[in-house]
Amino acid sequence: MNAFATELLLWVKGPGFTIAVIILMLGLSIRLMEIFGMKAPDKLVYSQSNRQSGSGVQTIFRRFLIPKGMLSRAPGIYLAGILFHIGYAVVFFLFEPHIALLNNLTGLNWQGLPNSVIDFVAVMTLFSMIVVLVCRMGRRAMRFLSDLEDYLVWLLTFLPLLTGFVAFRHVLLPYTWALALHLLSVELLMIAIPFTKLMHTVTAFSSRWYNGDIYSRKGVMS
Amino acid sequence: MSASFTRAINVLREQVDASVASFFSACTHCGLCSEACLFYTETGDPNYIPIYKLEPFRHLYEQDFTLAGRVKHIFGLSPELTDVALAQWSELVYDSCTLCGRCAMVCPVGNNPGAMVRKLREGMSVAGYAPDSLVDATQRNVHLGSAMGVSYKTLKAQLIHLETDIGLTVPVDVQGADYMLLLSSMEIVQFPEFISAVTRIFHQAGVSWTISSTAFEASNSGIQIGASDIAQQIVERTIKGAQALGVKTVITPECGHSYTALRWEGPTLMGKPLPFKVRHILEVVDQLHQQGRIHFDPNTKDTRPLTYHDPCQIARQGGVIEAPRRLLNAVASDFREMAAHGKMNWCCGGGGGVSAIERADPLRSTVFKKKKQQIEEVGVHTVVSACSNCRMMLEQGIEDNSMDVEVISLTELVADHLVSVEQTVRDVA
Repeated sequence: MNAFATELLLWVKGPGFTIAVIILMLGLSIRLMEIFGMKAPDKLVYSQSNRQSGSGVQTIFRRFLIPKGMLSRAPGIYLAGILFHIGYAVVFFLFEPHIALLNNLTGLNWQGLPNSVIDFVAVMTLFSMIVVLVCRMGRRAMRFLSDLEDYLVWLLTFLPLLTGFVAFRHVLLPYTWALALHLLSVELLMIAIPFTKLMHTVTAFSSRWYNGDIYSRKGVMS
Repeated sequence: MSASFTRAINVLREQVDASVASFFSACTHCGLCSEACLFYTETGDPNYIPIYKLEPFRHLYEQDFTLAGRVKHIFGLSPELTDVALAQWSELVYDSCTLCGRCAMVCPVGNNPGAMVRKLREGMSVAGYAPDSLVDATQRNVHLGSAMGVSYKTLKAQLIHLETDIGLTVPVDVQGADYMLLLSSMEIVQFPEFISAVTRIFHQAGVSWTISSTAFEASNSGIQIGASDIAQQIVERTIKGAQALGVKTVITPECGHSYTALRWEGPTLMGKPLPFKVRHILEVVDQLHQQGRIHFDPNTKDTRPLTYHDPCQIARQGGVIEAPRRLLNAVASDFREMAAHGKMNWCCGGGGGVSAIERADPLRSTVFKKKKQQIEEVGVHTVVSACSNCRMMLEQGIEDNSMDVEVISLTELVADHLVSVEQTVRDVA
């Protein structure tokens, strides 16, 4: 059993990771070509522009904030959504072993956070993701819109965090197993990004930019 | 497959650009747009979730423009978009979206569902699924020049009446005027006081302006129904009228969609920049005030508690947010903002052509609850606005709900507080 776990770990560290990177890069290239290969939105609307405020770039950043009056309408999904995204980014970019891996791949290096902090953030992120799932199943509008892909995407996002936490805490599974499953779940997530709603990790930025650009030309900070 | 359905699909394909592709690819089904749409908040019906109203369009986008969608379609995992599906979506695309754009202000990924509903309507109208009453209004707009069938004769009759009332002449077909004022049919028929108000304001400011006898109508039903070819014809009529008189700026009246139609959609519809500037009447009046060309007596401000209803197409979709507030504060002493205002205002429920859709009356009446609640929260009996369609919707809603509230036009309010410089000097002395 342990030999199988070791073999699996070697595979996900080697060929598995390579395959995932190739599919991710190829998939992203196809999707980006599909999206930005389309004709650009008409620019003639700008001819009457009286730009007073805002820009596409500002909207990219502004949409990280909760619009005025909206928090009370959907507190759970806003707070859990924000915490989960921040937590995910913190754990991914500021956990020392992740930094070492990224350093191997990119040559870049930066200071991570102490393990005790990462542990706290991971628990908070796991909890936030569960709240997001509860919202998806409980909030009328979200439940109505959700399809199988939405739940699959949630699972694919949750598993790397869960398995990473199990490996980090050395609980539930032998370390080799936990690490192998962690890497495998990360690779599944990487493969899914271009072909599912996870694509929003890229297109949320262009979408926000288009929104902000058109509204700012009309003088509205969107 | 019918010929109109095939044409509709081709039209819809034409509507897809990089922004649409980005919007559809970014949606995570969080459903937060629903919290910004009064059709959802006031009914709780999930069919009215903004992004859901776009299902046929999303379906077509995925199936025709994405690899994953094509693969799904080949393996039978994604059903074909059908004529029946489009027909079933008519109510969601027309009756339950006022193109107000509030959803675009809150979407965490920056999606713009309102703009995409506008695009989806292009396909729906070609497929023949636009509501009959909107089709009729559009036909009148094209053939008679006005969505309500108002002719220049009617306008002339109104002008004669109001000229007698105010003792001023309304300039018509003046060559070389700086400004050409457009009017909505509703203003001509139901709210002619607006024309009087503009005449008095411009008279005091010494503005060189005119109305065109051939291009006076501001309404553009082509935008509301989603027929760009028709919308283009209507814009072209305005361009011809403005060019014939050699005006520099065209002013759209207190009408929300006509402002958006001409200023923001006009150049795209024509495929080139417009040969004149487009400004909303409030922008012009505010500028005159700031330039000191019109005067109000600071001692005789309107003391009634009042609030301002931002017309969606003028504020959120048009950018005219500060001008009305500067004007209101200049003439009124107890102006109270609703909690959600400016770019976050709630729609009256009748924009985007919804007011012209008879079958939407019960739904419109239901969603008016939001505006009722807002008015009651600020505790006023006077609501000021700057769109004759909003004014109609507000008056109807107020009557239906037996509220003790009057609705007035901001331009008219401003005109009622004009004083001459001599008068001001005399008062001060």
